[in-house]
Amino acid sequence: MTIHIKAYLASAALIALTAITPAHAEVTLSFLIDNNPDTVAAAEALVEAYQKQTPDVTIEIEQRAGGGEGDNIIKTRLATGEMSDVFLYNSGSLLQALKPQQTLVDLSDVPAQAKVDQGFKSVVSADGKVYGVPFGTAMGGGIFYNRAIYQELGLSVPKTWAEFMANNEKIKAAGKVAVAQTYRDTWTSQLFVLADYYNVQAAVPNFAEDYTNNKAKYATTPAAMKGFDHLKEVHDAGLFNEDFGAASYDDGLRMVATGEAAHYPMLTFAIGALKQNYPENLADVGFFAQPGDDATKNGLTVWMPPAIYIPAASEKIEEAKKFANFVASVEGCKIMTAINTVQGPPLIDGCPLPADVPPAVTDMLPYFKTAGLTAPALEFVSPIKGPALEQITVEVGSGIRGPAEAAVLYDDDVRKQAKQLGLSNW
Amino acid sequence: MVQPRPRSQKSPCPLWFFLPAAVIYGVFFLAPTATSFWYSLTRWDLTTAEFIGLENFRQFFSEPFLVQSLVNTLIYAVMTSGLKTVCGLLLAVLLTGNIFARGFLRTVVFFPVLVSTIGIGITFTVMMHPTKGIINVALGALGIAGPGWLTNPSLALFSVALVDLWKGVGLATLIFIAGLAAISTDYYEAARIDGATRFQQFRRITLPLVRPATITVVTLSLIGGLRSFDLIWAMTRGGPGFSSDVVASVIYKQYQAGFYGLSTAGNVILFALIVAIILPLSLWFNRREVAQ
Repeated sequence: MTIHIKAYLASAALIALTAITPAHAEVTLSFLIDNNPDTVAAAEALVEAYQKQTPDVTIEIEQRAGGGEGDNIIKTRLATGEMSDVFLYNSGSLLQALKPQQTLVDLSDVPAQAKVDQGFKSVVSADGKVYGVPFGTAMGGGIFYNRAIYQELGLSVPKTWAEFMANNEKIKAAGKVAVAQTYRDTWTSQLFVLADYYNVQAAVPNFAEDYTNNKAKYATTPAAMKGFDHLKEVHDAGLFNEDFGAASYDDGLRMVATGEAAHYPMLTFAIGALKQNYPENLADVGFFAQPGDDATKNGLTVWMPPAIYIPAASEKIEEAKKFANFVASVEGCKIMTAINTVQGPPLIDGCPLPADVPPAVTDMLPYFKTAGLTAPALEFVSPIKGPALEQITVEVGSGIRGPAEAAVLYDDDVRKQAKQLGLSNW
Repeated sequence: MVQPRPRSQKSPCPLWFFLPAAVIYGVFFLAPTATSFWYSLTRWDLTTAEFIGLENFRQFFSEPFLVQSLVNTLIYAVMTSGLKTVCGLLLAVLLTGNIFARGFLRTVVFFPVLVSTIGIGITFTVMMHPTKGIINVALGALGIAGPGWLTNPSLALFSVALVDLWKGVGLATLIFIAGLAAISTDYYEAARIDGATRFQQFRRITLPLVRPATITVVTLSLIGGLRSFDLIWAMTRGGPGFSSDVVASVIYKQYQAGFYGLSTAGNVILFALIVAIILPLSLWFNRREVAQ
């Protein structure tokens, strides 16, 4: 059935394209992506479909490393004018570090933008211009839980932090690990702080702006301090797995999937790894937003997927824009959701979720259905994120440093990043 | 070291023989060193460098973890260097004596030197796992609750230092074996005739005469310890938190975060630190040697 729709859409798009541009010579576009297997699979499927409908365009995929090394590759290639015609990179604060106004092509006028989610557009914009189109679905940051344990102990999904802690005590009393923590992979330690941002902005609506302008600090904003406080509270209550200091991200996924642990705070991109490594346990894993103080203000902190950008130095901007338009179309979205595990709701209007999504995804959907129950993570509404947060949260979670001192330390780290970015007011 | 040569004793080789080496040295060593001093004074994002004076150095010294990382670097360097010297000498004395399977044992001691540091780091990280690692499982079988070797913040640095000892002691032993072999057996013979005990022979003959080897081992292992990075990064990444951070790992993290100017300043500081420690030490060693 989907094949028929695809063929229909493809021919429609083809007619539209040939109508605008009567004839053109063969073009080769280069397309730089990261080497994550999910990314590669999705990019290859998109390229294949696009080449089928536009036979005179050839797209060559190049791969690069992820993480800090990948950041360096992108920055260096942009700076030297060696960037591919189309490239994939993070949205939000990392995009801002590329100085998009100077280095990228404005994609506001790409037709498919009409159906792209407004929230996503805001995280790929600078000075009112949209520089990217989404590559993938939205993600949530919160807490994975083991549904089998919840059922066995008769627990219900917590709407407040107090309920969450009460659940934890019951799980601990039942002789199970309540919260999995995995500090071998230090980045996993940040979740309690980062995923609490919905609650921060619910309490202090202008936190992001004041924080960017050097007016609001973690240490002096009680709502922002809560993330650090909660981490310490969970550590002090002895709810962690015994080997939390040495366990890895994969251990954390195994624990929450197989019921060794009841909770694992994580981003929903982990659903892909869960499906790959623990397919028989996927139905046991549920998801909820990190609860705050008030049950009536329970909402989800959202992470945005990476985006497709075009460097201003490209010589094939028009062709590249057409490919970007295809990626952002309903058809492009369908190709991606068919290839990869869905990690959250699609960001293209009219692109449906596949029927067989795992419970962790369906658990996210109610938050997106009501306006105001989601908020982008701080790194998408402010260009500044301190690089040492993961070490600081490891310290708090291990009981080495208290939350108050940790917040002061993090504010210092943030100041350093702001200065490097050359922001005014710092 | 280089003394002004009298004019008459002109070298038979023309000066431009020296040119290729000078160009390579200049382009690959002198120029980068000079530019790194410049970039340490800037806020640098690889495309633009804004001159900010000594701000990077001020920032580096106000990093709360920097003071700890400096102390950690010194602890790590002194500890690994001291242990390698003592253990290396004892092993060398043992392995130059008349013992069973001497050649085989020498190979065994030297073997860890040949293995990749990262490989060793990953292997020991697995072995030092607090609950599943072989070390704590073995201790548990004896009824001892093993500590979190790499997860206890006050223990992590020492655990890594011990692994460094295991890895590096073979090289120290090799240098000492060479040093011991150079000592003439006449001295020992004479001492034995005079009725010196084994310990007296070691104290009065071996120790003073193996001094050049000792100097080499101390200097090399101290420099190695001060700039040590790979093993620490493979095993703890400076963690938990910042508790096993050394100067080199702090610098690396600044680079990863994109603070290129700041990390260059860190390298300049590390350079100054090594010079400040090694220069007086080697001057002192050399003077003692001459005085003898």
